[in-house]
Amino acid sequence: MKISRIAAIASVLFGLVQAAVAQETPKAITIATEGAYAPWNFTTADGKLDGFEVDLANDLCGRMKIECKIVAQDWDGMIPALTVGKFDVIMASMFITEKRLKIIEFTQPYAVDPSGFAVAKDSELGKLGISNERFKLENEASAQAAIDKLKPLLKGKIIGVQAATANLEFVKKYFSDVAEIREYKTTEQHDLDLAAGRIDALFAQQTALAATLSKPEFSDYTLAGPGFVGGLFGLGSGAGIRKEDTKLKDMLNGAIDAATADGTIKTLSLKWLKSDVTPVK
Amino acid sequence: MIDFSFFLEILPKLLAGLPLTMELALTSIVAGFVLAVTLALAQQSESPFVVLPIRGFVAVFRGTPLLVQIFLTYYGLGQFRHQLSAIGLWAVFREPYWCAIIALTLNTTAYGSEILRGAIQSVPRGLVEAARSVGLSTYLTYRHVILPLAFRQALPSYGNEIILMIKGTSLASIVTLMEVTGIAQGLIAQTYRAFEVFICAGAIYLTLNFAIIRALAALEYWMSRHLRHRPSTMSDAAS
Amino acid sequence: MVDAFRLLGFQHGGWGAALLMAASVTVLLSVLGFALGAVFGGLAAAGRLRNSKVLRFLALGYCTVFRGVPDLLTIYLLYYGGSVALTSLGHSLGGSGFVGVPAFATGTLAIAIISGAYQAEVYRGAYLAIDQGQHDAACALGLNRLQRLRQVIFPQLLRYALPGLGNVWQLVLKDSSLISVIGLVELMRQAQIAAGSTREPFIFYIAAALLYLAIASVTGHAFYRLERKAPWRVRSA
Repeated sequence: MKISRIAAIASVLFGLVQAAVAQETPKAITIATEGAYAPWNFTTADGKLDGFEVDLANDLCGRMKIECKIVAQDWDGMIPALTVGKFDVIMASMFITEKRLKIIEFTQPYAVDPSGFAVAKDSELGKLGISNERFKLENEASAQAAIDKLKPLLKGKIIGVQAATANLEFVKKYFSDVAEIREYKTTEQHDLDLAAGRIDALFAQQTALAATLSKPEFSDYTLAGPGFVGGLFGLGSGAGIRKEDTKLKDMLNGAIDAATADGTIKTLSLKWLKSDVTPVK
Repeated sequence: MIDFSFFLEILPKLLAGLPLTMELALTSIVAGFVLAVTLALAQQSESPFVVLPIRGFVAVFRGTPLLVQIFLTYYGLGQFRHQLSAIGLWAVFREPYWCAIIALTLNTTAYGSEILRGAIQSVPRGLVEAARSVGLSTYLTYRHVILPLAFRQALPSYGNEIILMIKGTSLASIVTLMEVTGIAQGLIAQTYRAFEVFICAGAIYLTLNFAIIRALAALEYWMSRHLRHRPSTMSDAAS
Repeated sequence: MVDAFRLLGFQHGGWGAALLMAASVTVLLSVLGFALGAVFGGLAAAGRLRNSKVLRFLALGYCTVFRGVPDLLTIYLLYYGGSVALTSLGHSLGGSGFVGVPAFATGTLAIAIISGAYQAEVYRGAYLAIDQGQHDAACALGLNRLQRLRQVIFPQLLRYALPGLGNVWQLVLKDSSLISVIGLVELMRQAQIAAGSTREPFIFYIAAALLYLAIASVTGHAFYRLERKAPWRVRSA
């Protein structure tokens, strides 16, 4: 393990970063977001993080009366970086899924937003148009019927989806037999490829897709088909924390309760996401 | 500590990416070699209209990161879909596979042409003059005298370039291609076991590179058969 | 083109300042990585020149692995694995909590480890290029081991190593772009952020390419001058 020894020596030289110690009441925390998932979280030209989750994070910190630093972290390294203490909380529209719960802990969801497809308006699926239906994957029969309806429309198409997401697991599970699936590091990258015509469909959260499609270069594209929630999508988007940080979990849950109760989540949601994603209890 | 069953679990997954890694490397190395020879020969010309654009191309592709070149080829040119369709090239640039190959090929062409240009210049003038004096044409002089000597001279450096290209294919994972590194990264993100995945994927690359080094050594041995059993005089010029 | 000037400008909403800042991070990252890599490379070269079989084996192993494995993979290892290793080290020393390494330090270390493997080859080659007579002469003058190294071997080693080091430096500069994958906002990363946010990848990747080219040619020229103009210039190069 020569490498780890070198790493150890060098990091002493560079100064270690000691993150918050578990159990005690934290006075300051670092919250990570992706900064590339507009309008949930994104980076502005002057390098600042902004969006629904950035506003919400600041609001929650105000309620908890602790100091918060918000940092950007690549999506695919999010969970490993949390577990090794690069930061204390993930707020990056991360779905609370069973798979992730094996490794980290989540607060209650602060948003529930279905995932769906975006395609060209003149494609077979595009002609179907938007449906406001939501299918819960737990209700297997009705969800399967909706998926079976979509399948023939996506036959032979290329679907772009972000890597290491529940969205990827969903398309892999239900559409890999009819369509080609391409994995992207960020949603911005699959947006570029949809605009370039390299892929035929995107599968992502409908609010994020709607924001992308509102840009002029996507005027030929539309949301199509129903939205899917539950099942492998889990309980919705929650704040991810380390398993041992139980105090922090209680504090965040309390703050989310308060932000739900006084309508802050709804206000921020309508401002950024153009629809209300407040979880229904 | 060491969990062998985990290695056995991820090895086949990683090996599934090996054909793509090799395909990317082989295609770009072969295409790059052909282009590199062409550019190296073209630079023997005295016309600045030929030499200067080539020197510019080489400087740009050697002076910028391969990652930028791949991004530029893939996402950058993706913006010019309509222009590319108009000249019939969109079918090529639409595919991440071909974009990666184009970027890798141009990159290795730039490095390869410099290696070959240096090697051609290192061929002793006397040999060229001797060839001309026995009546060989320019073409025949290149074919039978300059190029064979230059290739042998260039082999060690070109070998390094080939290894760098094998390593370079790992960047294709950035444009959605699932070769060995792309799969490795996915596995790390899923299992959070960086060391094991690194060791496994690293071993695949090292084995591949080792095989290439052995093959190149054999090639060098074969190309220098006329020098064997004689005091070596040519071997110290390369580095 | 007007669009390009606006996007790359320095006014509000332009990305010019951000790109230049990021370029300076690239330079700093490369310089520190290269310098630390010189330490690793020097140690590895010394190891390979030693009589000890174990040292030779370790040094050769280090060079072979990090020259043969894709740099991207090495970077992922340090990024994901580095903190895990440090945290468990911290726990074994009786500490608690987590030990994280900032992306800049991880990046510097990654570049140092990778470039060290290449620098080792350069130093080893340079050492072997020094005429045996120089060692003999230094011995004959009665210089002790340290004096021999400092006054006779080292200056010559550096002059033989300079051209090779210039090549490794260029490699380091370009490799630093890979650190973007672990989230450090250096030039490549900044270009990516700008490209994603404005949906103008072409302009920003061209801008990044030009900045890399500028850094590469300025520093390349500096190495060239060092080689040519230094008083301890080698007779023939």
